[in-house]
Amino acid sequence: MIGTAASYRSSMSSDRDGFVWLLRSEWTKFRTVRGWMVGIAAAALVTVLIGLVAAAGSDGPCVGGGAGSAGPDESSPCQPPVGPGGEAVHDGFHFVHQPLAGDGSIVVRVTSLTGVIPSDDEDPAAAPQPGVEEWAKAGLMIKDGVTQGSAYAAIMVTGDHGVRMQHNFTHDLAGRPGAVSASSPRWLRLARAGDEITGDESVDGENWTTVGTVHLAGLPSTVEVGMFVASPDHEVTTQSLGGSSTDSFTTVATATFDDVGQEGQWPRGAWTGDDVRGRTGGLASDEEHDGSDGTFTVSGSGDIAPQVAGPEGNTVEQSLVGVFAGLIVLIVVGTVFITAEYRRGMIRTTLAASPQRGRVLAAKATVVGSVTFVTGLVATASAFALVGRMRREKGDVVLPVTALTELRVVVGTAALLAVAAIFALTLGAVVRRSAAAVTTAIVLIVLPYILAVASVLPSGPAQWLLRVTPAAAFAIQQSIPEYSQVGHDYTPLSGYYPLAPWAGFAVLCAWTVLALGVATILLRRRDA
Amino acid sequence: MKDALHAEWTKLRTVAGTAWLLLAAIALTIALSAGASSAVSYSSTGSVVDTTKLALTGISLGQAVIAILAVEAISGEYRTGMVGMSLAAVPRRATMLAAKAAIVSVVTLAAGAIATLGSVLAGRLILPANGFTAAHGYTLLTMADGATLRATVGSVLYLALIALFSLGIAAAVRDGATAIGVVLGLLFLFPIVAVLAPDPDWQRRLQQLGPMTAGLNVQVTTDVHELPIGPWAGLGVLALWAAAALAAGAVLLRLRDA
Repeated sequence: MIGTAASYRSSMSSDRDGFVWLLRSEWTKFRTVRGWMVGIAAAALVTVLIGLVAAAGSDGPCVGGGAGSAGPDESSPCQPPVGPGGEAVHDGFHFVHQPLAGDGSIVVRVTSLTGVIPSDDEDPAAAPQPGVEEWAKAGLMIKDGVTQGSAYAAIMVTGDHGVRMQHNFTHDLAGRPGAVSASSPRWLRLARAGDEITGDESVDGENWTTVGTVHLAGLPSTVEVGMFVASPDHEVTTQSLGGSSTDSFTTVATATFDDVGQEGQWPRGAWTGDDVRGRTGGLASDEEHDGSDGTFTVSGSGDIAPQVAGPEGNTVEQSLVGVFAGLIVLIVVGTVFITAEYRRGMIRTTLAASPQRGRVLAAKATVVGSVTFVTGLVATASAFALVGRMRREKGDVVLPVTALTELRVVVGTAALLAVAAIFALTLGAVVRRSAAAVTTAIVLIVLPYILAVASVLPSGPAQWLLRVTPAAAFAIQQSIPEYSQVGHDYTPLSGYYPLAPWAGFAVLCAWTVLALGVATILLRRRDA
Repeated sequence: MKDALHAEWTKLRTVAGTAWLLLAAIALTIALSAGASSAVSYSSTGSVVDTTKLALTGISLGQAVIAILAVEAISGEYRTGMVGMSLAAVPRRATMLAAKAAIVSVVTLAAGAIATLGSVLAGRLILPANGFTAAHGYTLLTMADGATLRATVGSVLYLALIALFSLGIAAAVRDGATAIGVVLGLLFLFPIVAVLAPDPDWQRRLQQLGPMTAGLNVQVTTDVHELPIGPWAGLGVLALWAAAALAAGAVLLRLRDA
C-alpha cells in the first residue's frame, strides 16, 4: 500500500524527454510559422531565378548547337571532345602515323624542338617570334585511332618540362628534365604488350631508362602509332577589377625526328600525316619526310590535355551562381529560427518544456539542417538542370564532367546550404539579435568569396581567404581539378580553390562545430 | 523637425549597442584595410596595384556593420513596440523617417570618417614596407592627391548612403533579420553574379547596376576610364538605390499600421 503511492510516475515522462519528441516539437514550430515556410520556398526560387538571370545576358559563341562554322572534321569548342575518363579535353596535334597490329614498338631520336609564339604578352598581336611554349610536346604516341578524345599513351619531350610520359589526357609522369637540342638529343621508345604501354628514354640510344608503364584498358588490336607534335595556345590573362579576360593565341612547334626504328607487324606503306584538330584549327601544321637520311620534320599546333576552367565561365558549377542568393535567404531563416524565440519569449516555454538546453539546440540544428538540405537539394538540382540547359541553348560552352562529379557538386552544394543554415542558427543562439547574427553569418561566408574573386586582392591573399574562412566550402562546387601538366592561371577567379572539395567543406563544418560548442555553453550559462 | 531630430538622437544614443556597433564598424574597417595592405606586396603582383583602393578594402566589411546599425534603428523599434510611441510623438511619419535618416547618416559620416582616415593612414604606414615605394613608381598615400582624396571622401559618403539604403529597406520590411538579408543580398549578389556571368556585356551591365559594385568605384584611382561606370556616377547609382529604398519605406510606413 505504501509503495503504490510513492511509485506514481507521469505517463508523459518517458517519451517527453526523448529526442524524437523534441525534434517533433521543433519541426512543428518551424512548419507553422508561415514566414519561414515562405522563406524556404523563396530560397529555392531565387537559387534558380538568379542563375537564369546570370545566364540570360549571354549570347554565346555556339548558337545552334555548335555546328556553326566548324567543318565536319573539326570539332568546335562548343562540344569539346571527351576523354576516356569522361572529362572535356583538347585533342589537337599533328600526327605522322602508321597502323600497328598486335604488340610492337617504335624508337626515334628527337634532335630539336623549336616553335613560334607571340612575341609580347603586352601586345600579343605583334609579330610572332621564335620560341617554344612551356608545354609544347613532341614525341611518340600510340592511339586508338585518330578520333579526338580516344585513348592514347605517349612519350615526349616538352618545351620546359623535360621528358614526359602521358596517357589518356589526365595522367602525367615526369622523366629526365632538360631541353632537347642537336647537341643533346633524346631517344624515345614506346612499346606495346597487350594493354600495357611502356615508355623509355635515353640520351645515347644505348642506356635506356623506363619513364613509366601504363595500362590502357580495352585497346583494340590495331592502333595508330607514330610521331606527333603539339603546341598549346599562348594564353594571356588580363585581370581587371571584378573580372578578367583571357586571350589565346595560336602557336606552332616544330620537331625533328630521325633514326626511326620499328618492331612488330607494321604495314609496308608510307607514313600518313594527319591533323587531329583541336580548338586551334589549322595553322602551319605540316610534315616533311626526307627519305635519304630518314629525317622527319613535323610541325603542329594544338594541345593534348584536359580542358581547364577559365574566367570566361565554362564550368557546370557556374549554373549554381543563384546559390549565393538562396544561401542568404536560408541564413536568415536559420537565424530567426532561434532569435524569434528570444524576441517573443517563446524560448522560456521551450526551455521549460525541455530543460536540457544542449538537446534543444541539437534538435533545432537537426530540424534546420534537414529542412535546408532538402530545400537545397531541390533548388540546386533544378538550377543545375534548368540553368545548364539554358546556357547550352544560348550557346555557352559548358565543359562536361562525369556523373559522379555532377552528383558531388549538386549534393555538396545542398550540404553546404544545410551546414551554413546551422552555422547561422548557432550564431543566432550566441548573439540572440537577428540582424547581428545574420550579418555575421553572411559576412563570414559570402564576403570572403567576394574579396577573393572581385577585389584588388591578388591571388595569394585571395587563396588564403578561401582556405581559412567558411567560404572555403565553395570548393565543393569545383568540378574541374587543377592539372600540373596544363599551364594555366589557377586562381579563385577562374574557379580554382586552394583546398580539395571536401577539405574546403570541412572548413565550414569546423567553424560550425566550434560555433555549436560556444552556443551550447552560452545557452547553459546565460538566463534565457 | 528639431524635436524629432532630438528625439531620434536620444534614442540612438541611449540604445545599448549603438556605441558598440560604431566601434566595431571603425575597428573592422581599419583591421581589414590594414590586413589587405599588408597581404599584398609589390613583388607578388605582376600588374599595377591600385594602392588607394587596396587601403580602403575594409569598407566592404564596415558597410555590413553600418547596415546593422541602420536596420536596428527601425527594426529595433518594431521589435520592442517603441515605434508606437515614436509615431504618437511625431505623427507625421515621413518626418520621423527623415529625422532618423538625418541622425543615422550624421553618425555614420562621423564613424566613416574615422574608419576611412584610419585605413588610409594604415595603408600609408604599411604599403611602403611591402615595396610600394617611389622606386617602383608608387607614391605615399596622401590627401594632397586628388584621386586619393576623392576615394577617401567618397568612401565616407558611400557608408552614409549604405546607412540610408538600409534604413529605407528596414522601414519597408520592418523585420530586422529580413531587412538585413535584403540589404546584404542586394549588396553582395551583384559582384558575385557579375563575376560568374558568362557574357562580358552582361557583366558590365550588372556592375553598373549593383549598389556595391557601382558605389565602390568611387575608390578606384587607376585605370578609371576602364571602369564600367565612373567614380561619382557609380556613387550616384548607390544614391538612387538609397533614395528608392527610402521612398518605398516612407510610402509603406504611411500606408501601414505601425
